[in-house]
Amino acid sequence: MTALLEVKNLTKAFVGLVAVNDVSFSLQAGRITALIGPNGAGKTTCFNLVAGALRPTAGQVLFEGRSLEREPPEAVCRMGIARTFQIVRPMKDMSVLENAMVGAFSWTTNVREARDKAHESLENVGLAGKANARTDQLTLPDRKMLEMAKALSTRPKLLLLDEVMAGLRPTEAARVVGVLHRLVEGGLTILLVEHVMRIVMEVASTVVVLHHGAKIAEGKPSEVVADPAVLESYLGAGFHA
Amino acid sequence: MQRTSDQASDTKRWGAGALVFAALAVVGGMSNAYVISLLTIVLLFTFMGQSWNLMLGIGGQLSIGHALFVGIGAYAVAILNIKYGITPWIGLLLGAVIAGFVGAVLAWLSFRFEVRGIYFALLTIAAAEFARIMFGGWDYAGGMQGLFYQAPSGAMDLGMLRGDARFYYFVALALAAIGVAGTELISRSYWGYVWRAMRDDDEAARALGVRTFRHKVLVVSISAATAAVGGGVLGLVQGAIFPDSIMGMAISVDVLIGPVVGGLGTAFGPLVGSMAAIPLHHAMGALGDALGLPGLNSVAYGAVLILVVWFLPDGIWPSMVRLYGAVQLPARGRIPQLRKVEE
Repeated sequence: MTALLEVKNLTKAFVGLVAVNDVSFSLQAGRITALIGPNGAGKTTCFNLVAGALRPTAGQVLFEGRSLEREPPEAVCRMGIARTFQIVRPMKDMSVLENAMVGAFSWTTNVREARDKAHESLENVGLAGKANARTDQLTLPDRKMLEMAKALSTRPKLLLLDEVMAGLRPTEAARVVGVLHRLVEGGLTILLVEHVMRIVMEVASTVVVLHHGAKIAEGKPSEVVADPAVLESYLGAGFHA
Repeated sequence: MQRTSDQASDTKRWGAGALVFAALAVVGGMSNAYVISLLTIVLLFTFMGQSWNLMLGIGGQLSIGHALFVGIGAYAVAILNIKYGITPWIGLLLGAVIAGFVGAVLAWLSFRFEVRGIYFALLTIAAAEFARIMFGGWDYAGGMQGLFYQAPSGAMDLGMLRGDARFYYFVALALAAIGVAGTELISRSYWGYVWRAMRDDDEAARALGVRTFRHKVLVVSISAATAAVGGGVLGLVQGAIFPDSIMGMAISVDVLIGPVVGGLGTAFGPLVGSMAAIPLHHAMGALGDALGLPGLNSVAYGAVLILVVWFLPDGIWPSMVRLYGAVQLPARGRIPQLRKVEE
């Protein structure tokens, strides 16, 4: 198995707080890896370090062997890593289709090509029928799907998803899970930051657990939930299943 | 299916535009000297408003110092033509290149050092004022006394861009048409999409691979270059240029009032806005003179701005389109466009 992305001894210190402390893990190509942990564990910071939105204090992020921790977000995207935002950020004065087109302009300047790619991305996430809608006409689940379509238009090798399931009802989340499975079958690699444990169990092949900025466990979902350190971090000391 | 309806509305839009400009051409053939000269100014500011509109309405970068670029264009044409007898065509080109360069440097320095938004706008004012004072003290460029074109002989000379008022009307009309069509084309091009993306959300655009830094520098540069072309022609139309009038704050305000009143980011907005605001400005100026109330025109400008921002915050043109849409669309069984609601 080849590692598409390797995170080595990654550390991010803010004033008075080490948000990510010496974390290492790697992502296997064609798999879904989930980054989980209780509130404040450093998941989103870790995610932003990989996406180029933050600079690490120490450590390395290697994508296909290339170091990317000093690259700005647009360069990281152009290397083949696309991200979504935890809070959906549609370009509000552009239509759904136009939103999905923007990402395609990272690899083409041809408007027709970008439009075709955007239609394909929207189709992939089940928004094909809403291409001409305005973004404020979309429901929350649809907006989350639009975030994914925008990212998919960049033709990523690795997709970083920041809490795509947050705020979704179970049926809506199931739809997202279906989309994720389809994308991985198509060869995409996904890193998921997620709160909803049930969903992580369902989709991830590997789970990395962070607590107070440090990695406390890594493994298959079934192994991780049985890990005493993980249970303690989520449920408090003294709890044993 | 959706694409055909897109094409239909495209055809409709271009057709409507062609019709408007054909009508304006007819007006130019019939009207009296006063109307012609007023409309020439309206059309020139439509063109310069388009250049400003490109920068803010599409690129998301605010300038309140467009007089800088207008002035550079006007001086480039005037200096070459008056001092060396060189055709204004070369002056327009040179002015555009210099203004584009100045705009690019200004944008590069500002955005490099994270001077953005309203602070960048303040910097554009400072740059324009600096240039105005510099030109005022620059004897070679006429200083405060300005530069005067020779009175036109009356014969039309396209090569030297000289002719009567009607000639300049058609020059301005051509520029305005280019401005409207150009805005429409650019906003549907690769540039238009990435510019609108960075206007709506810079960080999200970068996450999608848009190199926003270079695109911001580019949009400011193109806006500056086109504004300079408008300025070059404005100087020719006025027959003389002075630093205080061609590079003053009033020009910066005149440039932005069309798109703000007419509709930011739209192709037709600056035309509609200039048509509404500039004649009003002139009429109020005349009325103010007659009543012995100088400054009435500025009060009128302010009042129009407040009324538009209050009642039609998107500008006149989008409101007209919405009104038309609300009447038309339900008949075809579609949902009328609702007003944008801020969350």
